Amino acid sequence: MTQALPAAPQPPPRRQVLIGTALGCAAGTMLVGGMLAVWILMRERVVATGEPWVPEDASIPEVPSNIMFISFFALLLFAQWAVHAMKRRQRVNTGLALGTTAVVAIAIINAQGYVYSQMELPIAGSGYGPMFYSITGVFLVLMVIGLGYTGVAAFRVLGGREDDELVISHALYWYFVSAAFAAIWLFVYVTK
Amino acid sequence: MTTIDTRATSATTDGPATAGTTGVARLDTVAAWLTSTDHKRIGRLFIGSSLAAMLAATATGIVLGIERTYADREVFDTAAMPQLFAGFRVGLVFGVGIPLLVGLTVAIVPLQLGSRSLAFPRVAQTGFWAWAIGLVLVVVALANNGGPGGGNADMVDLFLAAHGLLVVGLTMATATVAATVLTSRAPGMTMRRLPVFSWSALVASIMLVLSLPVLLGVLIYLFVDHRNDRVAFGGHTGIGPWTAFAFTQPATYLMAIPALGLAAELIAVTFRRRLAVRGVLFIGLGLVGVAGLAAVTQQQLFLVRWRGSGLSLDEFGSTFKDLVPWALFLGLPLLGALVVLATGAFTAKGARPRLVGPFLFAFLGVGMILTGMVGALAYPISDLGLVGTVFEEGSFIYVVYGSVLAGLGGVAYWAPKWWGRTLPNKALLGLAGLGFIATVLASLPYYVAGFADQPAGAVDFDYSGPVKLWNVAVLAGHTLMFVTVAAFAGLAVKTFTGDGESSVDDPWEAHTLEWATSSPAPVQNFADVHTVASSEPLLDLRAGPGDPETEHRP
Repeated sequence: MTQALPAAPQPPPRRQVLIGTALGCAAGTMLVGGMLAVWILMRERVVATGEPWVPEDASIPEVPSNIMFISFFALLLFAQWAVHAMKRRQRVNTGLALGTTAVVAIAIINAQGYVYSQMELPIAGSGYGPMFYSITGVFLVLMVIGLGYTGVAAFRVLGGREDDELVISHALYWYFVSAAFAAIWLFVYVTK
Repeated sequence: MTTIDTRATSATTDGPATAGTTGVARLDTVAAWLTSTDHKRIGRLFIGSSLAAMLAATATGIVLGIERTYADREVFDTAAMPQLFAGFRVGLVFGVGIPLLVGLTVAIVPLQLGSRSLAFPRVAQTGFWAWAIGLVLVVVALANNGGPGGGNADMVDLFLAAHGLLVVGLTMATATVAATVLTSRAPGMTMRRLPVFSWSALVASIMLVLSLPVLLGVLIYLFVDHRNDRVAFGGHTGIGPWTAFAFTQPATYLMAIPALGLAAELIAVTFRRRLAVRGVLFIGLGLVGVAGLAAVTQQQLFLVRWRGSGLSLDEFGSTFKDLVPWALFLGLPLLGALVVLATGAFTAKGARPRLVGPFLFAFLGVGMILTGMVGALAYPISDLGLVGTVFEEGSFIYVVYGSVLAGLGGVAYWAPKWWGRTLPNKALLGLAGLGFIATVLASLPYYVAGFADQPAGAVDFDYSGPVKLWNVAVLAGHTLMFVTVAAFAGLAVKTFTGDGESSVDDPWEAHTLEWATSSPAPVQNFADVHTVASSEPLLDLRAGPGDPETEHRP
């Protein structure tokens, strides 16, 4: 036996990519937030014993980390430019904006590598090392995922798909990574 | 009005007709299952694997039960006991409880929403494989002295990495469920008109998406620390304390949310009534979801110093500070579960039920979950002296086994939509009763033994009282649960392979959209997209346009 219900035309998908990205960003926020919470707790415990939190022979280079922080403003500007251009169906401008977004993202990854090389912090030998490499490693993974997202968005836009939602979702992802780095920058690089 | 006839052809269903007789056809069938993006298949892969994991977990419980029964001598290698305790917990939470309920939601929620597919089915499929591979590697690591407190460093590393993979897989799968509910509802299905089970799936999946990454972050720290200096987190001995929040109450309540949603839905179907005060019911399920905030904040134990009549105003501040997290994370979820039961009782008032197996499974399962929640509420009250005893394990088993019982009820209820046959009701009623006895035996004695100070996580102890009796009862409980799950799985396989009664499209006279399509449901679920005008579209259809209740539904 079958049931009779009024049929409707196939509804358009309701911002599936945007909602999916938002859920991914929520999960990422909890990942970085949880790691930072553990970071702060461990720091408090070490400081309470009178020991230095950052190993004495390690120095945290502030210039490249500040440059990374500032670079995110540029990255967000370009990601938002892509949204602006896409809404006006300016495919070339959208492609250019996504390209510059990718360039800035690569520059940020490069700056993180520079931080590692400047610090010369051994991963073993202190409690700080594994935690520093864990949290900045997670940040690098988020950056690589973002680069992949930018690549997919650029490929689709330049391939002729006029997909506002994808470019908006792409920008949302970069807003999340920027917020995550702002927190990491504050607690790991500034407060130390 | 359009009559929907979506009866599937043999090429598009998952029933036994697809199984070819030649080797190549069989290989094709296996390959189709392993690579399928059909949400019903992905969900069933989760369910089947978690039932297999349940057999392994209960077998571990049996081994632990034997060792505890003979606490005065060494039956098995006691050096392996920490791994067995860890395997029991990891297995029940991440191998059984969460994936079983995730499997049910993946397989059923799109059908309930009138959607033709799951949002991001490839993500869900990848999530399944990440979870399954992670679970196998966790078992390999535990079997080779890895895991919390393990002595084999490489295997401890493998345990941490595999556990991370498993968590990533579950997060991916749950995110697809949340995205489906938020984006793929049938026209006219507002959030208020969501089926209760779909609402519970949304609450549970959002809380899991928020809490599982927190565990992942801890696992990353533990892995990197353990691979290197083992200074910050205490190496292999730090794994247990740092991850315990994910394996204890209230974090385990997250798996109970879909179980409660299923029970509420089955009350309406069993008593042939519309669900009363749906808004209140939705709030109740949301309150249980508050438990997820404890996992988000990595909290597991809220010591409450009651101090009886000795409480003075000077101490009010510190007492208040103790009480707030306790009431928030353990009290509110219990209140939510009670609200769900109260609305169920309100719905059932004055009506005669049909005694059907799925309902009995879900009803008894929810009863067990509630008993576990009450125990978890009592456990932290320091005046009772239960902290560090097996009382907590009793509460844990109540919640997990209760969720599994409800999950089995869900499998029995929706089996017609998956393979076109109903499971025999008499056998289901018997198995539900057996599962109930098994759960009570596996957990209630630990409530008693907790008051007698039997230590948690230990196999060597002595205390006054009938020590052996409590532990033999628990051993019997785990054994009976093993038998229940094995028999249920056998029954399901038997009906799947062609034995049993063919089902009509709506054998339960149910209310929600999944019963509007054929049994088994075709690959794309529905031939037409439906428009719904109430929360119980099929009930409205049966009642007709003149029914006064139909006219006033939201």
